[in-house]
Order: sequence, then structure tokens, then C-alpha cells
Amino acid sequence: MSDVHTHDNHAEHHHHEEAPHASFSGYMIGFLASVFLTAIPFWLVMGGVFESKATTSLIILAFAAVQIVVHMVYFLHMNFHSEGGWNMLSLLFTAVLLFITLFGSLWVMYNMNVNMMPGMMQ
Amino acid sequence: MSQSVAVNSNLDFVVRDHHAPNGTLLGFWLYLMSDCLVFAALFATYGVLSQSYAGGPTGAELFDLPLVALNTAFLLFSSITYGFAMLQMQQGKKHGTMIWLGITGLFGAAFLAVELYEFYHLIHIGAGPQRSAFLSSFFALVGTHGLHVMIGLIWLVTLLFQLSKHGLIQENRRRLFCLSMFWHFLDVIWIGVFTFVYLMGSMT
Repeated sequence: MSDVHTHDNHAEHHHHEEAPHASFSGYMIGFLASVFLTAIPFWLVMGGVFESKATTSLIILAFAAVQIVVHMVYFLHMNFHSEGGWNMLSLLFTAVLLFITLFGSLWVMYNMNVNMMPGMMQ
Repeated sequence: MSQSVAVNSNLDFVVRDHHAPNGTLLGFWLYLMSDCLVFAALFATYGVLSQSYAGGPTGAELFDLPLVALNTAFLLFSSITYGFAMLQMQQGKKHGTMIWLGITGLFGAAFLAVELYEFYHLIHIGAGPQRSAFLSSFFALVGTHGLHVMIGLIWLVTLLFQLSKHGLIQENRRRLFCLSMFWHFLDVIWIGVFTFVYLMGSMT
């Protein structure tokens, strides 16, 4: 009896510890997508494809966002059920804080520059 | 092999199961998320100061995009080779794991060497961190990322020794998982760096 019990425990143990089960195809999909999503932004900037800097910026930021998701899914094996959802919850919480920190700082400081030092804005 | 060990030592298992085996992985993930906030602050600082050249050189004048592309490739290759190391680990192949881990380390070292060369070059031509607010925030952000890569490399070499000494025991598997999260996380941060700092900085 004890043997069976141990064996069960062992299987479960392994299942928990190696919850993010990786596969060759998963890594290759992630890698090829990343190459694609990296090469295009570099080409857009180095080749000067678009006249407008704003257009290029928006497009390469979008590519970066997509690539971050690709890395999260295919390399970091993020999903909604690993660790009972706590991985995803902490990631979303971090993303909210990140958004507030980044855009809050840029927004506040931009407005301060415009209102306090109008002569310095190019 | 590990199975026979496990079956033979009942006590070991009871004790280990009470340790909540996946607690480490979740805890390490939470560390990475807090590290992410460190980078969020550094990105925000850079974003605010990225136009404050103080009459000094701009990003467009300084950044060498082919070099950045090379570095990006190194880091991306190191991500996929770490993935291969994890696949070898899942199949219980110690030597394969160590070989792919070694290749990952070489790519990481190449990345670090190129970045150090870039820093050395910038400081040499008088564009060091003290030149302008733009360069201070640039060195703070990119330097912090580079420091993380260096710590990852030290960790990786340590794990190579651990693996050669103890093999693919449960503790080493856990360490490999943690380092894999750390390594892929650094690649994610680098996506932000090359897009936000280098590519967007080269346009202005």
C-alpha cells in the first residue's frame, strides 16, 4: 500500500513541479515569431520606410507589445491556470502598475514642461 | 533513476511534499514581477529625460543600430538555446542540458561583451553618464539590464557546476526552471530596451 501511495505522490509531485511543460514546436514557433517581430521594426527604422516618425514609433511599439506577448506565452509558458492563476494575476497587477508609472510620468512631465517652460519646447 | 530513489526513500517524499514544491516557482515569479517594476521606473525616467541632451550628443548620433541588432540576435538565440536545455532536462539528459546551457552562456557572454564595448566606446568619446540627463538615464536603464545579464551568467555557470556534480536532481531542476524564467524575462525587458531606447532614439 505504501508503495502505491508513494508512487502516486511522486507522479503528482512531478506534475506540479514541471507544470509549464515545454515542447520543441512551442519554442520554435516563439523563436520564429520573435525573429519576424524583431526584424521588421529594425528594417522600418534603419531603412527609413515611413516619412513620419510618429507612424514608425506607433508601429514598432505595437510590434514590441506583440513580441512581449509571444515571449510570455511561448518562452515563459504563461496561462490562466498555472499556480492556480496567481502567476497571471500578479502579471496583470504588474502590468497595471507599469502602465501607471510609464504613462503617468510621461504625461505629467510633458505637461509640466509645456506649462512651466514654454520656451524650451522645440 | 530518480524514480527508484524516490520510491526507496518514503520519508524524503513526505517531508518534501510538505514543502509545497511549486512555492519556489511562484515566489520567483513574484520576484520577477517586482524586478519588472524596477525597470518600469527606469523606463519612465528614461522616457522623461530622453530629450534632455544638455547640448550634448543625441541618440541618433550615438546609437549604432547594426550593433544593437547583433546584440538582440545574441539574446534571442540564447533564449531558444535555453529552451532546448529545458527540453533536454525534461528528457532527463544531463549532458544535453549542460551543452545547451553552455551555448546559452556563450551567447549571453557575447551580448555582454558587445554591450561593454558600446559603453566603453561611448565613455571614450565623451558621451559618458555624466554628459547629460539623457545619457545618465540611458546608462542607468541599459546598465541595469546588463547587470542582470551578468548575474544570470554567474548563476548559469554555478548551475553548470551543480549539474556536473549532482546531476538532474529535483533541486537542480527547480534551479533550472527559475533561471529559465529569469533568462526569458531579461529577453522580454530587452524588447522594451531596443524598441523604446535604441530604435525610437535613433529616429529623433
